[in-house]
Amino acid sequence: MGAQKKSGARVSEDPDELVRVPLQAILLADSFTTKFRPITLERPKVLLPLVNVPMINYTLTWLESAGVEEVFVFCCSHSKQVINYLEKSEWLSQPNFTVATIESQNSVSAGDALRVIYERNVIHGDFILISGDTVSNMSLTQALLEHKERRKKDNNAVMTMVIKRSKPNPAIHQSRLGTDELFMAIDPNTKQLVYYEDRADQSRGTLHLDKSLLVDNPSLSLHHDKQDCYIDICSPEVLSLFTDNFDYQHLRRHFVKGLLVDDIMGYKIFVHEIHSDYAARIDNFRSYDTVSKDIIHRWTYPLVPDVMNFGHTATKLERQGMYRALEISQSQSAVIGPFTVIGSGTKIGNNTKISNSVIGEGCKIGSNVIIEGCYIWDNISIEDGCKLQHAIVCDGVIIKSGAVLEPGVILSFKVVVGPEFVVPPYSKVSLFQQPIEEDSDEELEYADSTSVIGSQVDKSDIEISSKVLETNFSPASQLGIGGAGHVWSTCEGGHEEEWRHSVAPIPKDKILEAIKTMEDDMEFAQDDSFLPPSGELKPNSNDSDDDDHEDSRDDSYYFEKEVEATFLRAVHENIQESHLMLEINSLKLSYNKQTSDCAGALFYAMMKYALDIPHSSADSLLQNVQVVFTKWKKALTSYLNDKDEQIEVILKFEEMCLESANEFAPLFTTILHHLYNDDVIEENAILSWEDEKKDADEADKVFVKQAQKFIQWLKEAPEEDDEEEE
Amino acid sequence: MDFQVVVLGGGVSKKLLPLVSQELPNALLPVANRPVISYVLEYLELSNLKDLIVVVEGEEAALHVGAWISGAYADRLHVEVAAVPEDVGTAGAIRAISHHLTAKDILVVSGDLVTDVPLGAVAATHRRHDAVVTAMLCSAPVSGPSESVSSGGKDKTKKPGRYDLIGLDPTKQFLVHIATGAEVEKDLRIQKSILPAVGQIEIRADLMDAHLYAFKRSALQEVLDQKSAFHSLKHDVLPYLVRSQLKSEVLFNGMPQVEENGTEKVISQSNQQMVSQILANASEPTFHLRHALGYYGSTSDRKTHKCCVYIAGSSKYCARLNSIQAYNDINRDVIGEAGHLSGYSFSAQNNIIHPSAELGAKTTVGPHCVLGEGSQMGDKCSVKRSVIGRHCRIGANVKVVNSVVMNHVSIGDCCSIQGSVICSNVQLQERAVLKDCQIGAGFVVTAGSEFKGEVLAKK
Repeated sequence: MGAQKKSGARVSEDPDELVRVPLQAILLADSFTTKFRPITLERPKVLLPLVNVPMINYTLTWLESAGVEEVFVFCCSHSKQVINYLEKSEWLSQPNFTVATIESQNSVSAGDALRVIYERNVIHGDFILISGDTVSNMSLTQALLEHKERRKKDNNAVMTMVIKRSKPNPAIHQSRLGTDELFMAIDPNTKQLVYYEDRADQSRGTLHLDKSLLVDNPSLSLHHDKQDCYIDICSPEVLSLFTDNFDYQHLRRHFVKGLLVDDIMGYKIFVHEIHSDYAARIDNFRSYDTVSKDIIHRWTYPLVPDVMNFGHTATKLERQGMYRALEISQSQSAVIGPFTVIGSGTKIGNNTKISNSVIGEGCKIGSNVIIEGCYIWDNISIEDGCKLQHAIVCDGVIIKSGAVLEPGVILSFKVVVGPEFVVPPYSKVSLFQQPIEEDSDEELEYADSTSVIGSQVDKSDIEISSKVLETNFSPASQLGIGGAGHVWSTCEGGHEEEWRHSVAPIPKDKILEAIKTMEDDMEFAQDDSFLPPSGELKPNSNDSDDDDHEDSRDDSYYFEKEVEATFLRAVHENIQESHLMLEINSLKLSYNKQTSDCAGALFYAMMKYALDIPHSSADSLLQNVQVVFTKWKKALTSYLNDKDEQIEVILKFEEMCLESANEFAPLFTTILHHLYNDDVIEENAILSWEDEKKDADEADKVFVKQAQKFIQWLKEAPEEDDEEEE
Repeated sequence: MDFQVVVLGGGVSKKLLPLVSQELPNALLPVANRPVISYVLEYLELSNLKDLIVVVEGEEAALHVGAWISGAYADRLHVEVAAVPEDVGTAGAIRAISHHLTAKDILVVSGDLVTDVPLGAVAATHRRHDAVVTAMLCSAPVSGPSESVSSGGKDKTKKPGRYDLIGLDPTKQFLVHIATGAEVEKDLRIQKSILPAVGQIEIRADLMDAHLYAFKRSALQEVLDQKSAFHSLKHDVLPYLVRSQLKSEVLFNGMPQVEENGTEKVISQSNQQMVSQILANASEPTFHLRHALGYYGSTSDRKTHKCCVYIAGSSKYCARLNSIQAYNDINRDVIGEAGHLSGYSFSAQNNIIHPSAELGAKTTVGPHCVLGEGSQMGDKCSVKRSVIGRHCRIGANVKVVNSVVMNHVSIGDCCSIQGSVICSNVQLQERAVLKDCQIGAGFVVTAGSEFKGEVLAKK
């Protein structure tokens, strides 16, 4: 730690810097997500114990060791708790390391937080942006140096992201930290990040990169085996960028992507890859489990239990990765397995077996208890004969004798589980009711509910919890006799995915299932790609063509519907022609259509209307058509300025006769003649229509044949007609 | 090497008009006074590959090529010239001669390749990985196709010439993505299923597919049989093999896997054996094997095949004569920096003047020039960085710079030729000035005319 500290300090004393700016860091003590609910309803995530030490301590320790001199802790939800904690801890009285808190009640995202910090005007130079749930032991020296070098050359290099190699499981599309798989494209020479996609659409078999990326770079590395450590070295511009783009909320989804897409400002993001160092962010319960294990396995040295003791009694490392505090009363017959941490003051009864678990302070564990892969926090009482597997148990929980926690269970603060009760897998239990306004859409999640509720809870924290305690749970509550707590129902569709982010290991059958779907996908993707006869790589392009096609088809469908509705309204409400035209024109603009489309759609609407007027025979239908056209001819002709538009109308008419309104079919020629007489359609258009149809299939020529006589007549007496028309 | 070699001689390419004709098909286009196909044939001969099949599009072109080859290499090589209909494509050409193929591996070489990349290394790569296909890649020429050398981003509408987009695995041994030609113009699309398996793909735009492939015969024939619509090796067969490498469909259905002593057979057997194979293999297992092993030891009988690459070192020469620009470049290079390819021994002045050539008084032939047999030059001529063919008659005071003059060309006095290609039997009357022109065979350029950047050919 000492060495790192020194080297870090050296960087900030870069001789080239005229004014020495202390290295600053922004620590976001709020993750703006709801992934740790229900626990985070009562306590902020950064204060949750990670191997018996609140998470924020790991982050602060690292920042100190990395040579950061000034940290701004941004508190939002439960801000009082965070501030109180920091005040009681030693962090505020460290030499050469100042920790200041910034409190905000109404920030709902990291973007808001950074905007608040920008307004405070406290950041003067490059700073480290990190959230309070990050565990790392990396040395910043190299990364900072690179960042500064790049800044000297290019003022637009505003950010350096730290990444680490980590291969996600291709079958279930997530990393061992439980985060979504991440696709990145990096220029191998400059290490510039050019593409970042952390929530790729699984359904698409291909990844799309803009071709412009390859114009500037002769080569590009596409990574799937990297993990974002969420440690960013930022230039002060980053804060102003957040202020300029007030809609940036999420650091990655908005800010990083926004910067990558925007080529006007030309801001660039670079990456720094760490190899032997450790860096990981606790994003969900799975990463909580993974990082805890990494700490116990000492990957995070010096951030390990026997070194990190903040006012706690010393913990001793024993063989097989066992960490035991000094004051433990443990029965002779209890078996404590490998990779287990036991806090001070904990009592363990006879024949109890504990393995791969973390037990906090002051817990009372009865006899014949089996604990496997669990995270038991402080002051918990577990009575005899309980069985706990892969669960997180928060402070003050009482588990009555013989109860069973299935894998993936989360018991929030002070929950009581009744005797012999079996808590089903992946259930989340809290004394609080599940907030009703919970939105299943994760995209919105961080924006609305979390912090608002969090801060409410915060303000009246004690009040509410006492109220909750007073609530008498019915004797046979959701958690057995004498139990206390609400089992949160997972939001719709959520249960399926519960296993992804839980502390429990991923069940084998899920993996097999995922592998199977993956293979199916692969097959599907390949089958897909061989549809075109040439077998070229066209399928993809075809895809998009099809999409476009579909889109435009949908578009024209809606456009036609709208025009029809508009026309009918005009008919029924007796709206003037000019107003009707105005409306259609606006539709034309909003759907980005041609005049010919308008003509076609309007014609269609008129014919449809004529058809819908009750009629007994073909003659009366013809009459209807004539009536309609006499009335609305002017509107239609205004769209029929040239030949192409008139042809469009004829084609439309033909299409109608063939499909939707085949009652018109026998009347085709008659109506066409009528349209000609009414000057709706000119001779030229009819002749070119016939010409166009020459090469068509026989089936398509039905109406040309029907109209043959009429066309013949037109051809024979062209001169007079022309004169007449002119 | 028990490779069977197929040389794709092409036919009469539209891109090379007016330089080529039925009498002078692509393969016979002279580069430094030697037909371009001779470079390939000698390149193969150097690797001791003497049993060759040359496929030429069009009967007449095939006759001409066959005649030339039998004349030049009768005693040295055993060459079979096969004619295929025009426009069958490279895949079609192979399909047409498929019944002649018997060896385990097939080497397919484009007849317009001029290179000195060691063929043995390509073959070794192919064999080492027991690959289904191995493609040779070389650095893309600095000048893009059709002079799109546009310096940097000067004009953004015109992109610098990109040949292929090639995706490699981190070890640079395997081909995991290939997009060519027009596809490059579109956005880059990467097949997502392969990325997780490989972990990291390096996309290279500065490499070019040299059209030299080693195929496993069984796989190649299978693909050609199954996918009758495949037209081109580069555009259809190779991308298909690359795409399907983790989910092989081509591997020898119904064929006894006698010759498959590689990974494929083992995979279908027990997991145990594969693990031991990994352990035995000191190096890290390739992603194919890891993929085939499955995750968490799931026993699936995934079939994979490997698509390898051999990347030519940057010091090696590798170019394809597939455009007029390339023709100029290759001629310049073969008599210049890549002179060892020409097979001539350069004089002290760094040029090659045939002993029977006659030079007038005060005529200078600079370095990097070739003057063919029996050509005559008048007084005060100057030739720089140019190739002049056989039996040309060049008058006095003629300047030839950066140009190719083929055989039996007569050039009048005081002509100036710069950056141009003059085909055989052309007549340039006096004082003709040509700059960046291509003159088709037998054309007559009238006296005193000036042309710049034009294509002139007999109607």
